[in-house]
Order: sequence, then structure tokens, then C-alpha cells
Amino acid sequence: MSNEELESQWVLPAGLPKPIPSSEGLGKEFWAATLEHKLVIQRCTDCRHWQWGPEIICRACGGEQLGYESVEPAGEIYSWQRCWYPVHPALKETVPYLVVMVELDSAPGVRLIGNLVGDGQQSLAVGDRVTALFEDHPGDEPYTLVQWQRA
Amino acid sequence: MAGRTIRRQVALVGIGETTYYKRGKSPDSEFKLCIDAIRNACADAGIDARDIDGFSSYSDDRNDAMRLSSALNLRELNYSVMQWGGGGGGVMAAIANGAAGILAGYCDTVVVHRALAQGQFGRFGQAQDTPVIPGEYGHVMPYGVMSAAQLFGFRIQRFMHEHGIGQEALRAIAMASYHHAQNNPRAVMHGKPLTEQMYDDSRYITEPLHLYDCCQENDGAAAVVLMSAERAAEITDRPVYLLGAAMGSAPQQGAEAGGISYHNAPDYPTANFKTLAPKAFAMAGIKPTDIDVVQSYENFTGGVMMAMIEHGLCSPEEANNFFVPENLIVGGKLPLNTSGGNLAECYMHGLELVVEGVRQLRGDSTSQVADPRHCLCIGGPLVGPVSTLILGSADTGPTTEGGVGA
Repeated sequence: MSNEELESQWVLPAGLPKPIPSSEGLGKEFWAATLEHKLVIQRCTDCRHWQWGPEIICRACGGEQLGYESVEPAGEIYSWQRCWYPVHPALKETVPYLVVMVELDSAPGVRLIGNLVGDGQQSLAVGDRVTALFEDHPGDEPYTLVQWQRA
Repeated sequence: MAGRTIRRQVALVGIGETTYYKRGKSPDSEFKLCIDAIRNACADAGIDARDIDGFSSYSDDRNDAMRLSSALNLRELNYSVMQWGGGGGGVMAAIANGAAGILAGYCDTVVVHRALAQGQFGRFGQAQDTPVIPGEYGHVMPYGVMSAAQLFGFRIQRFMHEHGIGQEALRAIAMASYHHAQNNPRAVMHGKPLTEQMYDDSRYITEPLHLYDCCQENDGAAAVVLMSAERAAEITDRPVYLLGAAMGSAPQQGAEAGGISYHNAPDYPTANFKTLAPKAFAMAGIKPTDIDVVQSYENFTGGVMMAMIEHGLCSPEEANNFFVPENLIVGGKLPLNTSGGNLAECYMHGLELVVEGVRQLRGDSTSQVADPRHCLCIGGPLVGPVSTLILGSADTGPTTEGGVGA
């Protein structure tokens, strides 16, 4: 697929900031996995606690042996907003758009934020089922966002 | 260290403000606004500004203590503290931190200050245009979640969902602020009454928040002078006392307000006062039912509702019946934001709420509650650290009503 075709399928237009890991490198594994259309979440190898966002130690047991494990890219809407005010110049022609907070099925308590694919004026509710859609942003330093579509 | 309390040991003796402007409309620089508010607060207290020996502020206020100290020609600078946190959550902590310096013996006369000139500096309501976003916000902002309304809107939406709270509860909070602003000639929204129809017809910023659920953005400054209760007795016969205060956060409320860890808090739909409120009431030696008037920071009306519930002023189950305009205006059950607050007086990052709390307890408000003794002032809900304050009038007794305390 050409870059133009890819871009035409993005939920939000070009111009929004690109996500990068923290200055300490936290989140590096997450964004590397999304490039391969996989979802990984930080997990303590000692106490098995899932934690998100990433931290340098386990918030549950204090352990320093943290890894990333794959999770099913599916969950349910925990909260949502329909955004009408264009907070960024790139969004002027796109409002309203939907942002959803999704609680993952296979990592209890872990929530991700993304956009709900489709009409910004569609009705939605807490508890609606969704699956991830990996949205590729090509370029010299490509990245992939995690969007959500109805299951 | 049992029974530690700040109750009635420090007094708020001076309040000062500048004219409040719409965002970008101040003819003066932010530093000039700050100086003017401090001088006005000193004049109100009846002290020489050179006798200030401490500064306390919050939210990364740009008016540096050394520049203030030099410009005002302080005889000595003995204390300068800044509360962590970039939102309005630190406002009540700035008062408490000032009081702590006095109680510890570091300083004698502290001015708490906050100034904003959003024409000179950046706006709050608009995201910065940056090509990359690292770390915590990198998991949020690429999806168009950038403004404070959006960063905190998820919590409000979830809270309303869990407790079946209707839009009318948020509307009532906006109505109360606008109602009180009509009596207050200082208020930016004075002469601009709000009707329920106007609220319902107003555009959404981000559902569930209408335009009128969101604070203004303003220019101006406010300042409050603190000294020991002992010294206050020498200069005024109507001191307002600090009775209780608390600052901080419940566990696991995230690394940065609105970042991805914040959205993974185990207790998510909270304004973050659950650990603080009981401490402040215990310190003051009073119960939520003893509160006569509330000044609660409105970044967004939903946060006000959640914060008041977490202070025990009403239960989530009662919220739809409690948050109605007639309960929240002067003459009602629990008057709220009697100057117009952040929504309709001025968004002076909540310090104007402390100024109004002092006015209420002196009997000087433009929407005066009858003989209030206890005013609750709540800082910046939904962020962390947050802070809360209980103020008492001159006739609050030297010991606590419950016989605990000092």
C-alpha cells in the first residue's frame, strides 16, 4: 500500500505528534512491538503484576526484573469522550472524533487510550467490545499507533 | 507526635487582587500583576511590604522569589517554597506550606502569590505544537487527547457512568458560579448571567463537558498574607484562621496528571481527595456537616462534584438530588463558589477562591453567607498532588468542637 493510501485510512489526520519512548527509554518495547502489529505490556517477572505505563521498578513488589509480554489486542470500553474542540491545528476539519479508554481482556486493570474507528458521531457506551487496529505511520522513523474498532 | 495540628496557629491577615482580565487582555506584565496583588494584600493587612520575609507559590509560578524579594526591597528573605505539580492542585498547599514555615520558625510573614498573563506567556487550553511526544503523554497525545478537559474528561465520564449521574448535576455547579458572579463586580462574567437553556444549548468541548463546564482562561494576580495567630491579634480584630489542611495523593495515581500511568490508576474515577479529606477534617476538629460554605476549584464542573463527594459533603447516590442550583447558591444548603470562582469570577488558578474564603469569614462577600464559621477550600481536583484547606472565622473556638485537636 502506498503512503498516501495508508494515510487516507488514518483515524486522525497527519500533523499530530509522534510518540517516542521516555528519555529513560521507558516504552521502547511497546512502540517496537506495535511496528510489528503486536501488543505488549510491561510485566514483573517476579510477582507477575501487569503494569502500565511502564516504570523502572515493579509498583507492586518493588522488583527490578521487568519484561514485556504479549497480550490479546482486545478489550472493552472503560470510558470515552467525543471531542468537539480542535485542540491541535491538525484537528480543525476532523471534529468530532472519538477517543476511547480500553481495558484489556488479558491484562486485567491495564487500560490503553486510542481512537474509535468510524463515524465520530456514532453512539457508543461503556462496556462496548473492541479490538485493536494497528495504524502505520511510515517515514524515515516509522511508528504505529494502536486504534480500536468494534469487535 | 500525636495530635499534631495547625488549627488556629496561623492567620490569613491580608488579601489582594488585581483587576481580573480575559486571557491576553492584561495591560501589565505578569510580574507587575504579581507585585500589585502582593502590595494590595499588604495594604489590606496593614503591613509594610518590606516586612514580608517568605514567599510560597505553586504550579511553577514564574514570579521568582529572588526577583520579588529584590523588587519589593525585603529586609530579609527567610523562606521560599514552591509546591510540586503543574495544575491548580497545589493552591491550598501553597497556603499550608506558608503556614508550615511560620510554625517551624523559619519566617514570620509569608505571602502566597499566583499571577498569570496568558498573552505574555502561553495558553492553557491549547496544546503545544510539537513534532514528537515522549514517555507518559506519548501514549495519549497522538490520539488527539491533549487539553486538560480531555486529559481529565475520562475520569468524569467514568464516575458519571458508575453512579448514574446526569448532566444536570454538572450544570448546577456552573449555574451556582454564574449566579454568584452577577453580584460580584470584580467577576469577568459579571453582567453575563447563565441560564439552564444557555448551558444546554452551549457547544460541547469534549463530551460530557459543555463550554460552561470548563474554567475560563484569565490574566491577573492574587495574593494572601499569612502570619502567626499571635501576631495577627496585634494587627487585626478579624483574623481568619487556618484550621486544617492536607496535600498529596492517594496511591498509584500516576506519574504525570493525564499521562498513561494516571489512566491506569487502580482507583480511577476519583478527584484524588480520598486520603486527604479525612486528614484535613481531623486536623480542624470538625465534620463535613460543620462546613458552612465551599470554594472548590473548577477546572471542570465534574471535578468539583467528585471532590465535594470525596470530602463527605454528599454521597454519590445523593448527587443528582444534591447538585441542584438552589442548594448551591447563598440561602441554599451549601453555597458554592460565592465569588463566581474559576468559571465566572476569574481563573486565578484557585487563589481567588482563598481570597473569597477570607471575605466570607470576615463577612465581606458580595454573596455573603449568614455568619459562616467554617469555609472549605478545595484545590485542583483530578490531578496530583491535590490540596485542601479548612478556614475558620475569628469566633471559632480556641479548642476543637469535638474536644480533640491541639
